[in-house]
Amino acid sequence: MPREAIELTNKLENLSILDQDGNVDEALEPKIADADLRKLYNVMLKTRRLDERCLMMQRQGRIGTYGPCKGQEATPLGFAYAMQAEDWFVPSYRELSAYVWRGWPLGKYLVWWGGNEYGSAVPEGVNDLPICVPIASQCQYAMGIAWASKLRQDDTVCVCFVGDGGTSQGDFHEAMNFATVYNVPLVMVVQNNHWAISLPRSKQTASPTFAQKAIAYGMDAMVIDGNDILSCVTAARESIKKARDGQGPQLIEATTYRIMMHTTADDPKKYRSEEEVAPWLKKDPLIRFETYLRNKKLLDDKIQKLMEEEIKKEIDEAIVFYENYKHDPYEFFEHMYQEMTPELAAQLAELKAYREGPAPEVSASNGNPQVSHA
Amino acid sequence: MAELTMVQALNLAMREAMAEDPNVLVMGEDVGKDGGVFRVTDGLQEEFGPDRCIDTPLAEAAIAGTAIGLTFRGFKPLIEFQFDGFSFQAFHHVEGHVRRFRNRTRGRYTCPMVIRMPYGGGIRALEHHSEAPEATYAHLAGLKVVLPSGPRNARALLRSAILSPDPVVFFEPKALYRAFREEVPDEPETLPIGKGQVARAGKDVTLISYAATLRATLDAAEELADEHDIDAEVLDLLSVSPIDEDLINESVRKTGRVVVVHEAPRHCGVGAEVVARIVEKSLLYLEAPIRRVTGYDTIIPFFANEKTWLPDAGKVVQATVETVNF
Ligand SMILES: Cc1ncc(C[n+]2csc(CCOP(=O)(O)OP(=O)(O)O)c2C)c(N)n1
Ligand SMILES: [Mg+2]
Repeated sequence: MPREAIELTNKLENLSILDQDGNVDEALEPKIADADLRKLYNVMLKTRRLDERCLMMQRQGRIGTYGPCKGQEATPLGFAYAMQAEDWFVPSYRELSAYVWRGWPLGKYLVWWGGNEYGSAVPEGVNDLPICVPIASQCQYAMGIAWASKLRQDDTVCVCFVGDGGTSQGDFHEAMNFATVYNVPLVMVVQNNHWAISLPRSKQTASPTFAQKAIAYGMDAMVIDGNDILSCVTAARESIKKARDGQGPQLIEATTYRIMMHTTADDPKKYRSEEEVAPWLKKDPLIRFETYLRNKKLLDDKIQKLMEEEIKKEIDEAIVFYENYKHDPYEFFEHMYQEMTPELAAQLAELKAYREGPAPEVSASNGNPQVSHA
Repeated sequence: MAELTMVQALNLAMREAMAEDPNVLVMGEDVGKDGGVFRVTDGLQEEFGPDRCIDTPLAEAAIAGTAIGLTFRGFKPLIEFQFDGFSFQAFHHVEGHVRRFRNRTRGRYTCPMVIRMPYGGGIRALEHHSEAPEATYAHLAGLKVVLPSGPRNARALLRSAILSPDPVVFFEPKALYRAFREEVPDEPETLPIGKGQVARAGKDVTLISYAATLRATLDAAEELADEHDIDAEVLDLLSVSPIDEDLINESVRKTGRVVVVHEAPRHCGVGAEVVARIVEKSLLYLEAPIRRVTGYDTIIPFFANEKTWLPDAGKVVQATVETVNF
């Protein structure tokens, strides 16, 4: 009947490869083809520029409230890069870079922030989920998706994103628990950007890391520098491989920072100082990646200029698409059920009559709705 | 007397209650330092400290669930859900315990708390930020459900809710938060929960509404008077559980014609309850079928289309003219 320490069997590691000045730990440097490195940079830059344009468009009243992702481009990108096309991507709402990598039309993103469901209408042929607003609820359907991979034995992995704030929700913990109980191929990525609106990380949890919460569920975990694309790619490759190989779910805590406001409706001056933000500006994922590529001679002023021009053109086109997107004022009736119920058809007719004047009476026998006045 | 917005009036009611009673706590996401995402709790943490105006971790279920325990120990939690759509994250506590403990323990434990949340659409917000779930809560016996329509009644009703021995779900129409100012008396005042008001006296038709759509209904009443020579009486329910059946039937017996207006979907909405109360008590006074002008039985669309979806004065005018000309 001894009293002794219990060995924890799960691993908890910390990983950082490319520091904020662009210095690389060569022993840890992942092998990434030159063309891929350039493409990764291109997508990171595109994400940054689109994010900046969205912010501008919000200021001009051309989209609604906007939640920027500036400074958080590396983590979703690293994971998207390491995923197979048929793997499942379950985002929260700051994973724009992953959408861009996985080929979502940029215009759709604008339509989402412009307040139309078309922005959530997932393109055919990708196993991606739309932006999820109720915090951490996505963790559970992500778990279900991963569970299905196991039941179907189809070798796909599900990568789910959640914020530091989201880890306080039961949904997150319940999903983690299910995930290890059923040993499913789920990779849970916590983007720890240090803030959940006005609540600092220190008030969200008393735990020294978010990653160690995984240990309680019997899951391996890693803390990575989420602003370092090389750490992100490495962690993504390893965790996705382990999940795919049946070694169970993985948790990655990516350390990053929300350098902008929570959304444009938020005023961070109420709760945090400029001094806190300043050092994080130097840890920008884009700057260090640029330094890394320039040192490797994969990037120079000329290539960069060309990239910027191409990106600007693509974003301009996306904005044109968005601004020409035709809103159907009646479409909210269309997708409630596979077949519109007679009650809904009557309400649709009621709305049409209000907006366009009364429709000519049609007999009920031809299956068309009649305007109901009762 | 001061001219206050609804945000300021609600803030005042909480400030007064916290000053009067050390057991009153304000808790929720971002309610402290940030003062709430709509600033309804602005300054309360500064004035009463972080143990009385509490920034909680991000977990609605825990906010409601822990509030239950706090009530057993004599505290009066005023909990805030950041948006209507996230109240469902705590629904099992509200349904399973908050409304039941009094009955379950034969009165030994009760859960007097106020469950506040911004309510409804009209501010171009994201999905889950524009819901109108009052009927869902009104269906749960043991809860009282209140929806103010202006700064003055918001302050008075919130005070009544805080003083209530029973749990109160308090919906704050976010479209009205800063829509207009109103004189609010310096002295605290209350309004009885379960009683509505005549917002505009009239004789030809009764328009029944509450919360943000009361404004559209009052606008419609003006238009009906100016352009259609119809003198509408407008009732503001203020509370949908209990519901002021007497006020409704008194007016209906006078006018014989009724239009009910709310932004929540029609099916099983509060309008259905209102119509049932009228049919039960005043059927033979009716001179025309009752009309409901409501949100449609769909999910409220993302904001680009929300104005099309929401009831507006024009829809109320059209329905009312048809009712009067029936
Ligand atoms: C269930 C739920 N509660 C509250 C909110 C309101 N809300 C939106 S974002 C947010 C903070 C989220 O913080 P975190 O998870 O750290 O993600 P971040 O915004 O930092 O990316 C809150 C409270 C919500 N969307 N869903
Ligand atoms: Mg965060």
